[in-house]
Amino acid sequence: MTIIAAKDLVIPLARAGGRANWLYLPALLVAAVMGLPLLYLGVRALSAGPAIWTWLGRVQTLHLLLRSLGLALAVTFSAIMLAVPLAWLVTRSDLMGRRFWAMVLPLPLVIPSYVGAYLYVSLLSPHGVIPSLLSTWLPLAKWPSIYGFGGAWWVLTLMTYPYVYMSVRAVLSMSDRALEEAARSLGYSPWAVFWRVTLPLLRPALTSGGLLVALYVLRDFGAVSMLRYTTFTRAIYLHYQSSFDRSTAALLALVLVLVTVILLAVQQRLDRLKVAVVAHTPRPSPPVRLGKWQVPALVLVLIVVGLALAVPVGGLIYWLVRGVRVGETLGSLAVPLLNSALAAGLAALVTVVAALPLAILAVRQAGRLSRALVGWSHLGFAVPGVVIALALVFFGANFTPALYQTLTLLIVAYMILFLPQALGVLQAALRLVRRNLEEAAASLGHSPGQVFWRVTLPLITPGLTSAAGLVCLTTLKELPATLLLAPPGFPTLATRVWGAVSEAFFARAAWPALILVGLSSLSMLWFHHNPYTRNEPTS
Amino acid sequence: MSHPLLECRHLYKSYQGKPVVADLSLNLAAGEILAVVGPSGCGKTTTLRLIAGFERPERGEIHMGGKPLVAAGVFIPPEKRGIGMVFQDYALFPHLNVYENIAFGLKGWSKTQVQRRVNELLALVGLQGMARRFPHQLSGGEQQRVALARALAPQPQVLLLDEPFSNLDADLRLKLREEVRTVLKGLNLAALFVTHDQEEALFMGDRLAVMNQGRVHQIGTPEAIFARPVNRFVAEFMGNAYFLPGHVTRQGIQTELGLVRQEVPYPPGSRVDVAVRADDIGLDLQGPPNGKVVGRVFKGLLNLYQVELRSGCVLPSLQPHDYFLPPGQPVHVYLSAQHELACFATESDTSEVVVALPVMQEET
Repeated sequence: MTIIAAKDLVIPLARAGGRANWLYLPALLVAAVMGLPLLYLGVRALSAGPAIWTWLGRVQTLHLLLRSLGLALAVTFSAIMLAVPLAWLVTRSDLMGRRFWAMVLPLPLVIPSYVGAYLYVSLLSPHGVIPSLLSTWLPLAKWPSIYGFGGAWWVLTLMTYPYVYMSVRAVLSMSDRALEEAARSLGYSPWAVFWRVTLPLLRPALTSGGLLVALYVLRDFGAVSMLRYTTFTRAIYLHYQSSFDRSTAALLALVLVLVTVILLAVQQRLDRLKVAVVAHTPRPSPPVRLGKWQVPALVLVLIVVGLALAVPVGGLIYWLVRGVRVGETLGSLAVPLLNSALAAGLAALVTVVAALPLAILAVRQAGRLSRALVGWSHLGFAVPGVVIALALVFFGANFTPALYQTLTLLIVAYMILFLPQALGVLQAALRLVRRNLEEAAASLGHSPGQVFWRVTLPLITPGLTSAAGLVCLTTLKELPATLLLAPPGFPTLATRVWGAVSEAFFARAAWPALILVGLSSLSMLWFHHNPYTRNEPTS
Repeated sequence: MSHPLLECRHLYKSYQGKPVVADLSLNLAAGEILAVVGPSGCGKTTTLRLIAGFERPERGEIHMGGKPLVAAGVFIPPEKRGIGMVFQDYALFPHLNVYENIAFGLKGWSKTQVQRRVNELLALVGLQGMARRFPHQLSGGEQQRVALARALAPQPQVLLLDEPFSNLDADLRLKLREEVRTVLKGLNLAALFVTHDQEEALFMGDRLAVMNQGRVHQIGTPEAIFARPVNRFVAEFMGNAYFLPGHVTRQGIQTELGLVRQEVPYPPGSRVDVAVRADDIGLDLQGPPNGKVVGRVFKGLLNLYQVELRSGCVLPSLQPHDYFLPPGQPVHVYLSAQHELACFATESDTSEVVVALPVMQEET
């Protein structure tokens, strides 16, 4: 590994002749820290030898693959079916209150999937609120089960449609209305224009939004676990827990990584093929009149907002009140709150420090090596949290027993997972620092190091704090890696929700869930009002 | 002309309480090209969109071929109007190739009919062999031609063109506007052409409608508008006019450059401004000096001088390309015009004049 890296290093270093070459050292170190555990996971999985092939061909494995892909496909399909009409209604029609709905419809994004799952389970499971309330009218046995495919599909659709909604809305509000008007003037009714012009133009947005949803579902651990639908992530966790079967967990993880990498590659390819939709400062075009469709349209929006937002929030409030009545207090959360804050703060610090050399290289030393390093550091985006955690468990237990089951390993996992976010923000911040400012400092007799400390760093400080804030807030709601890697006796907000729900203590989960939703809203606000991240996709 | 093909009567449209089109009336005869010209924001594109059916006027009516498109209780949607439109940025469908773009409006035609029609149009606009290209593979001029062909394909009764040449560079603009005019005249198609470029309007239009602030100020042949602007705005916008102050006497208008003998629609004693252009002003060194040279722009074929009169009034003067005078040179300035000059009452607030003046419809 190191030998290969050194060989790669020779050419660009010799050619670049730049000033920041020493930055390749920390950057390569970070890349190695990110890559080694996964590499080891691969080695572990493949060391089983030819047995792998029989294992891979087993019915159970194929079944698992079908379940995972089936869920991803179903959720993607239903998310698109929901998102397209909603986005069209708020951008193109005279829907009553469309500005308000446009703001409200993406909000389910602030609910972490496992919190959404928790709330639906707490409401609809056999011990949940609604069946017990209505059991006098409708016997429990007749209730459709929230557990399994149906529940997972239901909850994940409601939590992920905003990804498609936002990309479709962006295209609809930016794209050239003249195209639709041209079609009208050529004799097409509004309905025909939608099928012949609007929808074909949305195809890139639909594929990229849809792939985002599919990836989300494949990576998701919390919701499918709480809803007891076994996909790859849940299977990996279950195999890991039954600790005698860890190489199966490793193999499963490898297959999952393969699937997500294929999906990501497809997405990248499609991104490049994207037809440029001419962006415009649109002329105020009159909205399409809904007429008699006004009421059905409004009902659709109300149902979606109700199910995706009002029901979870209502459930949360219900359990908060119940919890307070039975003596659940915020005070019992002191320890998990402190732990979460400590872990998130450390993760933010480490991630930003690790991302900085990579960001500088990417912006200032564009070349094959720096591009490769940046590509590699997006690993955390491709590899699900549960896999990264598993890789670190293996690696830690075998090579760094001193670190095993310590906070350090957890922080490393967070760094791998959230480095892409920090990198994006830092690159944007660095691009805003005009190069001639640094050149001016150099011409005034400053060494590259001095230029960095006295000019570049002060100018990118807002970017650094943004990146740190973003990582901090995302870390707080991370579940699978925290579950696998948190040291014994180190409860966090996320593991507290998880633990309470798995024991069906729904009221106990309410306070930490509320805090998580609050923090998550904060991170979304941060993300959208931040000059460095406004144009990046939400992840 | 007994029945105009297209008739707009007293159209009114506002955005957020601000009138964009105010009491606009105009007619379009069969086979006629009417160029609507005015500064940006004057409401000309909105006028086009009202006719196309993309906007609803708050008041007023639109009729085509004697049938109402917009009237009390009537609003024909754009797809049922039979009006073609060429958009400013062409609005070619990026997901369809040239052939599919042009065939887009040929609904209900058989495959062979579509094929024949599209090939006919490709030949008409000179794009044979480009049928399989996509819009992003075409140059600006080619996109423009596809947009024209697409709008013409379903044989609309009226064609609307919204600043169709504004995105092209100068050379191409000159070439294309000739082509487009030839095509329209060849088809004897009625067209409404919107532009902010006076020269383009003079070239394209059989008649011109000069607009400002949502109103049509004057409609007429290019020559009539150039020679007899009805108000200061038209004179300045269409004719690059300068204004020479004077006052009305029984013989005509007394100005710093002497008496202009002509009939004046104002009573003796009124103060007026006479609209003059660079070709109406002569210079020589023989006569008694009454001004001096303050500037010269060499235009290649001609020299465009600026002279300042004693009163401080600055006027332009066109001179041969080999006639050179140094800045500061005292000269004799005189009116060389052999035709009547437009004049307008001197007013501190010109906008009032504009509102008070009637719209002159040229009889044809």
